[in-house]
Amino acid sequence: MSASHVVIVGGGVTGLSAGWWLARSGVSVTVLDKFIVGWEASGRNGGGASHYQSPLFDEEQRLWPQMEELLGYPVEHQKGRMIIAMTERQWEQYRFVAERHHRLGHPVEVLDTKQVQEAVPLAGNNCFGGVHYKFGGHANPQRSVQAYAWALQDLGGKIIQHSPVTGFETAGGKVTAVKTATATYGCDAVVVAAGPQIPQLMAQLGVNVPLAPARAEMIITEPAPMMPLTGVDGHKLYGRQTMRGNLAYGGGPHEWIDVDATGPKARPSTPLMRNLASRLAELFPKAAHLNIIRSWAGVIENSPDGRPILDRLSSPDNVTVASMSGVGFGLSPASGHAIRDLVIDGKCSFADIDILKLSRFDKLEADWREKRGWMPIS
Amino acid sequence: MELNFTGTDICAVNGTRGTPEAYYDVVVVGAGPSGIAAATEAKQAGKSVLLVDENPISGALMGNDVPLYFGGRMTAATQNSERMLEAVFMSMPALETAMEAGVELLLGTTAWGVYRNGPGVATLPEQLVGLADAERSWLVGFGQIVLATGARDLALAFPGWNQPGVMGAAALQMLLTRYDAFAGRRILVLGSHDLALETALLALERGLEVAGLVEVRDIPQGKADLVAKVKAAGISIRCGQTIASAKGGIDGVTEATLSGGETIACDTICVAVGLVPSIELVDAMHGPRTLNATRGGYIPAGEPTVSAVGDCAGLPDTGFDHIAYRTDWMRALSNVSADDTIICQCEEVTRADLIGVQPPHYLNRAAPMCARSLETLLKDGPANPDQIKRLTRAGMGVCQGRRCRDQVAMLLALESNVPFGTIPLASHRAPVRPLPMKILADWNEPAELTAAWDVWFGIPTQWVPVEDIGTKHEDEHRAMLYTGMYL
Repeated sequence: MSASHVVIVGGGVTGLSAGWWLARSGVSVTVLDKFIVGWEASGRNGGGASHYQSPLFDEEQRLWPQMEELLGYPVEHQKGRMIIAMTERQWEQYRFVAERHHRLGHPVEVLDTKQVQEAVPLAGNNCFGGVHYKFGGHANPQRSVQAYAWALQDLGGKIIQHSPVTGFETAGGKVTAVKTATATYGCDAVVVAAGPQIPQLMAQLGVNVPLAPARAEMIITEPAPMMPLTGVDGHKLYGRQTMRGNLAYGGGPHEWIDVDATGPKARPSTPLMRNLASRLAELFPKAAHLNIIRSWAGVIENSPDGRPILDRLSSPDNVTVASMSGVGFGLSPASGHAIRDLVIDGKCSFADIDILKLSRFDKLEADWREKRGWMPIS
Repeated sequence: MELNFTGTDICAVNGTRGTPEAYYDVVVVGAGPSGIAAATEAKQAGKSVLLVDENPISGALMGNDVPLYFGGRMTAATQNSERMLEAVFMSMPALETAMEAGVELLLGTTAWGVYRNGPGVATLPEQLVGLADAERSWLVGFGQIVLATGARDLALAFPGWNQPGVMGAAALQMLLTRYDAFAGRRILVLGSHDLALETALLALERGLEVAGLVEVRDIPQGKADLVAKVKAAGISIRCGQTIASAKGGIDGVTEATLSGGETIACDTICVAVGLVPSIELVDAMHGPRTLNATRGGYIPAGEPTVSAVGDCAGLPDTGFDHIAYRTDWMRALSNVSADDTIICQCEEVTRADLIGVQPPHYLNRAAPMCARSLETLLKDGPANPDQIKRLTRAGMGVCQGRRCRDQVAMLLALESNVPFGTIPLASHRAPVRPLPMKILADWNEPAELTAAWDVWFGIPTQWVPVEDIGTKHEDEHRAMLYTGMYL
């Protein structure tokens, strides 16, 4: 199909990567964002890049080591992950995961306490052991979103910030333009990658996209001495040591919320930071004296099965919907590639992503959120 | 895999939070004169009242210039917490009166966060304030919170400001009065408004030498009677000048060089250009605040259950435009200092890197990165300090941006050629004081919260490897990891 001009709704990491991939293919791209690129969950997450559950996994792994060079801007990608067990039950679970990786052909090594401490000196004698993933890694979300945005601009793409999308113009079964309060952007194709705002936007096109927004929290410490391995999870936490040395960690219960068409009104963190702190102090007993200097929250949307929705619709047939269902940052190099393929070729060239089609929810019950308990407290 | 939905998400926070340890009708944060008065008044009106004050501050925090800009000029006595507790208590006779009236007083206790339900959060049991002392942290419920957190020092960058002996006026006054623990002898004061004049007179009264005042504008700025007192004491006010640099040795500052070329021997350079109302708690709780140039900056706009008193509510309004004044200083300092002058001490961000929106030096700066700058970023929209912070790391350090946030905002306004008020306030986040992980930690977590804890959302289908979907491995995955952890 010819798509000489594509409008992307949403300057989060998924929309920006899609825009960058399209611009690399010579497409004229305009990204519209309600505020500043990467301002929501795309710039607030744990930065992990090890998503073996995804059909996009191989492409994620192939691309991350090249991203800094491809984009031309720093992304702080670091290789490798470790997951450390702090209870007997976790140790059982993590070894199960290690066996699964062996079966799937992903290189992992099960380590005892001493071996864990060699790679992760902040870990204590209280850990049961760890599983070292010799794949995956992490990157700096804030730096990476800006890198995508700048790289996209360097290829001639446009980023229009502070411009919430209000609606669409359609003709002949296609979207012909995307509207903001002050302008109308004509297009040959549209990518709707607006996170929690996707359902409201797609409803305007008569398309039901089941997504529920929630809020999750993270904390960060002052810098710690750099560890040989910086992508360390475990004890039901996820996170990373930044290249500056800070320990940035999240995990724990989320809060389901409602988000209207204008996006989250606030992203408050809560005293849950104390529970993140206690777990982090147990995971890294040698860092327990370090100061926590910030906490924050982000809003992510989830599909009913927790898997992404990446789909070029049949009607309107020039619309591609993209939600990564709360796990978007790490997969972004690959999700952008997949979206580029869907927009230009109608099909992903490097992986079978049929499982991510929107039609899997055609028979979803209307009260799917209530059934799952995914409703906000009223 | 068959999923049985129960209508309840066991991994949601709903209903899992613990209850606060105590409840007070009124919590007052800050035991300065305004805080003590507010606490006493509330107690006399029949309310239960808790008054907390973070002083004495730990030596470690002071060393990080938290909450005031101490500049490393504390005596070793500040390491003795019992002695400092006594010094702080003795310096405030009104504390005893408040306690006699029935106010509960906790010294050495920090209020690091205030929480209530609102947009984005509906699961808190009640309005909460997070407290911490040297041993632990805990939560207290409240009906009304009164913020009497005072004002903090405005720091200003010049070559050599990142060494011991460069400090703020509020910190100097605190060390001279409440702590009696100032380690300097001879002070050069920057500024000539009331704050600078009062600080110079206080220092003199405490037997210190005042080497002079430096004023960027052409005439002294403060009240005539204060100017007269300073002059009568033989202290010179050098006008139409700024500081060009500070030199020093292992113990910090030894001399200052002014923009006119004069060199002045001193062991302390007191930046007394302005105070900024301490609204960290208000901003971190998403409370409304407004910019008020004659009251020192952003001040709380007020809410039914949150009030501010004393300098936290704004400096006394004398009609003096503090924003214009400190911007004059910032402009003059930038004009006479090299581009490689450090702006953010914690993260060692220079003015050139700030205005160039360049990453820290441990990252590569390829040609496209070098071609980016604030100028190119402004083509995408107005400057936002939080975005600049993410790119440059200015304000990301352990002092939580206390030393640089106001300077960054002023520089962005000057470089963008827009009024200061159009630059958004860089966000404050809890904990509004750096707190050790082991102190902030909740070591008595409710069992409900432990049971709800998953590394991510706990959606049983989310992390099943795509190859395993529809195979026996999917069920194994669920059996092993569901209600436990989803990797």
